[in-house]
This record gives sequence, structure tokens and C-alpha cells, in this order.
Amino acid sequence: MMIPVLLGVIIIVFSIMYITPGDPARMILGEAAPASAVAELRESLGLNGSYFSQLFTYVKKLVFEFDLGYSYASKKPVINEILERFPTTLLLATLSVTISVVVGVTMGIISATKQYSIFDKIATSIALLGVSMPTFWAGLMAVIIFAVHLRWLPASGSYGWEYWILPSLTLGLSSSATIMRMTRSSMLEVIRQDYIRTARAKGQKESVVIMFHALKNAMIPVVTVIGMRFGALLGGSVLIESVFAIPGLGKFIIDSINMRDNPVVQGGVLLLALSFSICNLLVDILYGFIDPRIKSQYSVLKKRGRKTNVAA
Amino acid sequence: MWQRKKKAPKKGFWNDAWYRLKKNKGAMLSLVVLLGLIICAIFADYIAPYPYDLQDYNHTFEFPSKKHLLGTDNFGRDILSRIIYGSRISLIVGFSSIIVAIIFGGLLGAISGYYGNKVDNAIMRAMDVLMAIPGMLLAISLAAALKPGLMNLVIAIAIADVPGYARVVRASVLTIKEQEYIEAAECIGAPDSRIILQHIIPNCLAPIIVQATLGMAGAILSASALSFLGLGIQPPTPEWGSMLSSARQYIRTYWHMTTFPGIAIMITIFALNVLGDGLRDALDPRLKN
Repeated sequence: MMIPVLLGVIIIVFSIMYITPGDPARMILGEAAPASAVAELRESLGLNGSYFSQLFTYVKKLVFEFDLGYSYASKKPVINEILERFPTTLLLATLSVTISVVVGVTMGIISATKQYSIFDKIATSIALLGVSMPTFWAGLMAVIIFAVHLRWLPASGSYGWEYWILPSLTLGLSSSATIMRMTRSSMLEVIRQDYIRTARAKGQKESVVIMFHALKNAMIPVVTVIGMRFGALLGGSVLIESVFAIPGLGKFIIDSINMRDNPVVQGGVLLLALSFSICNLLVDILYGFIDPRIKSQYSVLKKRGRKTNVAA
Repeated sequence: MWQRKKKAPKKGFWNDAWYRLKKNKGAMLSLVVLLGLIICAIFADYIAPYPYDLQDYNHTFEFPSKKHLLGTDNFGRDILSRIIYGSRISLIVGFSSIIVAIIFGGLLGAISGYYGNKVDNAIMRAMDVLMAIPGMLLAISLAAALKPGLMNLVIAIAIADVPGYARVVRASVLTIKEQEYIEAAECIGAPDSRIILQHIIPNCLAPIIVQATLGMAGAILSASALSFLGLGIQPPTPEWGSMLSSARQYIRTYWHMTTFPGIAIMITIFALNVLGDGLRDALDPRLKN
């Protein structure tokens, strides 16, 4: 299922870059280059072929040679350039997801177990505010407060662990709001179920009831949201990286867009989409571990499939 | 039991929903805020204390004062006026990208849900592909490919939103399709286009409205993010995102330039989110109680 989707992603990204105005050959050689040289380079880059032949060579090179072309700006292979910067973005996304899961799920559980209490009301309003804040603006405000006025943390760059605090907290806390809302509503649904009452009636400790009976059953929608947040974080990292001047893939993509360095943009978006797809796949696998019913559904389907094969 | 003589609410789905929405204080407050914002956008010429492009080089970087309630920017332009004018762009982009996304997403979803099988498979797989690219990233690369400008900003945001609507509409079409009135319409020989446009779409409006309200919040956020990156509305047109983008250079000294446009975005999105939640509760009474 993943391979056709990825192929589709490649086609979409390629088409977007195909319609981008500007002549790549002209970009490589510069404004002053003679027309004959540009025409020659166009020929050797295969730019004169039709849309489909160009797409075909692009996919063929990507799949068999792992070749995404060369960056116009640095003249280096795109694949090396983006893989060099990818770990930074991945680290930022992982840190933020961890923060948002820890904060979001904890707050969601507390809010749900104490529904309509002061804590719940404050937490839900803060969460709603958090959902409404543009991430990049939250980042700018964090810079104003913590870097400019309080002088606790550095404002931008990436030279040590303290440079990671502001960006990952901004990204993490802003997406913890969504996770908190989801955890809360999902927990509220589960807490009213009969088996929770049964667990309490048999004298189980409240903490065990919440953590094992309720949370485990409320996790499915929460995990879905976490997976989707990861994708949003990869997109949001583009903004946060340029706010905090972190040399990751996101900032690289934006810089390349400004320089019209199409192969880099193409490759970068592809890599981020690929990691998003892998993340979604992991979420699907995780479903099976959280909810054994889903796993058994798959095995039933498999058995059925085998039976029909035998019959045929 | 005797009831108090109160004007009984009119019957009907939409009247019921309106009645429920009216009881939700937060949602009503948000509705008022949004109406105020719309009025601001329409009558910006009369409300704004200064023209948005009036430069005053004797009063640059002024902090908030009586004369300039929210201060002035690097060209001495009044920030409050620019925020008021900026609401125009945000609302236009929000509304029109949602409408474009609903039209395309809704049609695709309705066709896919109504015909099922191969058509459904083809359309939904295409939507899966679009969903596989994080929305913000898709909007960024589309906005980079098209020339910057209002129209292209709307297109970039709308395309990234289409799959969401297609899914919502498809899901509700699948349940509506089994209803008896659809069967009745088929029996009297109504053409497919009539059934989809006249019977199915009006009946799945409720989830679309909820999705649209929340989606408009997302669209305004994306628009400001794209303008912040320099891919959307170009200066000197006042837009909240591009105001933030130009304020960024002065972040160390002039906090007011960064703070207020962001607060404007936040209030708008907050109101839309609260209204969306309220609408969901009002339109889907099963969720409450």
C-alpha cells in the first residue's frame, strides 16, 4: 500500500516542480551565459523531453540509482545535501513529539478524571488557545520573552543543547494542545463504560483503573492524532527552523525555494513525505499492539484469503 | 405539566440547531467576534484611524500611545490600521479557499461515496496520495511553484484541504445513500446528478459546516504562515503574516510590532475554533446529553 502512495507523491511533487516557472538550465549557468550554452545544457539535462519522459527518467533515477539530481546552488548531489540536514529535523520533530505526548496525555488524563473542575476548565481553555496560536508566532513570542527580556536562553542558531529548548518546547507545547483535547474526549467516553465501573466495584486501585483499564482503551484515537501531529510537526518544523535559524531540512527547503533551487525542494519534500508515510505505517502497526481486536481482524482476513485460494 | 409561556422554538433541524447554538455562550461570543471582524474588514476605510500605507518618517517604531493605539512600524505606519486592513486579506483567503476546497472535495467525495467500487477506489487512493504529504508542506511547495499573490495563495491552501472534505463528505454520503428517500428518488427516475446535488449534498451539510468552520481557522493559519515565509501576500499589502515577517528583524528592540498582528490571528482562530466546536455540538445532538 505504501509503494503506490509514494509513487503518487513523487508524481505530484514532480508535477508541482514541472509547472514552476523558470528555466533550470538558465538557473545553473546564470543570467550572463550565452543562449547556445543554455540550449546545450537543456539537451543534456533532458529538459526538452515531454512531461512523461522527464517524469519517467526522474523516477527511474530515483528508484534505481538513488539519484535526485544536483543542487543548482551548491552543485552537489541533492541526496547528500538533504540527508546531511535530515537528522537535525528528525531530532527536532522527535523532541517535540515526546514533549507533546508527555504533556498532552498527562493533562488530558487529569482533565478527564476531574471533569468540570477548575483544573479542567483552565486546561481546556489553555489548550484551545494553544490550538489557535500560529506556531511561528508562538516561537517569536518565546524569543521575545525568554531570549530578549529574560535572557535565559539563546534566541537562534544551533550550537549546543540549550539552543534546542525553545524550538522544541514551542513546537511540542503547541501540538500538545491537540493531543490533550483528544485524550480528554476519548478518556471521557471510556470512563463511562461498564467495565470501568466493574473495575472500581471489585476494589481496584483508582490509579490502576485509570492507567490500565481506561487509558489503554482510550489510546486508539490518541495514537491516530499523535501520528498526524508528527506530519504536522514535519511541516511546522519548516517554519520553526526558519524562526530559530536551525540548519535543518525545513530551513534548507525554504532557502532553496527562495533561490528557485528546484531539485532540492523536490527532494526535501519527498523525504519529508516519505518519513510521514513511514510514521503512519508505524501508527497502523501500533494499533495492533494497543487493540488486540484489530490484530485478530487481520489474521481472520488472512485466513479467509487462504481459504479462497485453496478453493480456487 | 404546565410549561411557562415562553415562545416555543420553531421546529425543524436548522431551527433546533440554532436554538441549541444560542444556548452556548462561548459560541455566541465567538459569533459576535467574527461578525465584528467581518464588519472591520468591510468598513476598514471608515474604522481604521489612518490609511494603511500612510508613512510617517518622524514617528517610526513608536510604542503604543494614545495617538497610535498599537504603535507604528518601521515606516511609521499605524499598526492598528494595518491590522484592521489585514483582516480583509485573511477573511478573503479563509473564505475563498474553504469554498474552493469544499466544492472540489465535496464533489469528489459525493461521487466517490455514491458510485462506490472502482470510482471510489480511484478517487480515494488519489486522496490518500495527497494526504501523504503534510498539508503545510504541500501548500508551501504549491505556493512556491505558483507566483505569489492572492489567487495562488487561495489555490495552494485549497488543494491541500481537498482530501479532508472528500473524506468527510464520502463518509456521510455512504450513510445517506442507504436512506429510503434516495431509493424513492431513484425509483421515479431522477438522474444521478439530481440525486447527488438535490438530495445527498443538502443532507450532509451539517458535517461540512463544522469541518468548514474549523477548516477556515486552518486556512487563515496557513495563509499567515505562507505570507510569513514570503510565499503569500507580498508587502506593502497589509497581511498579518507578512506584518510578522517584516517585524521579525526588529524583534530584539520593538516587541509591539511582533505581538499585535499575532494576537489578531490568535483571536480570529480562537473564535473560529470555539464556534466550530459549538456548531458540532449544536448540529449533532447525539454527541451531547
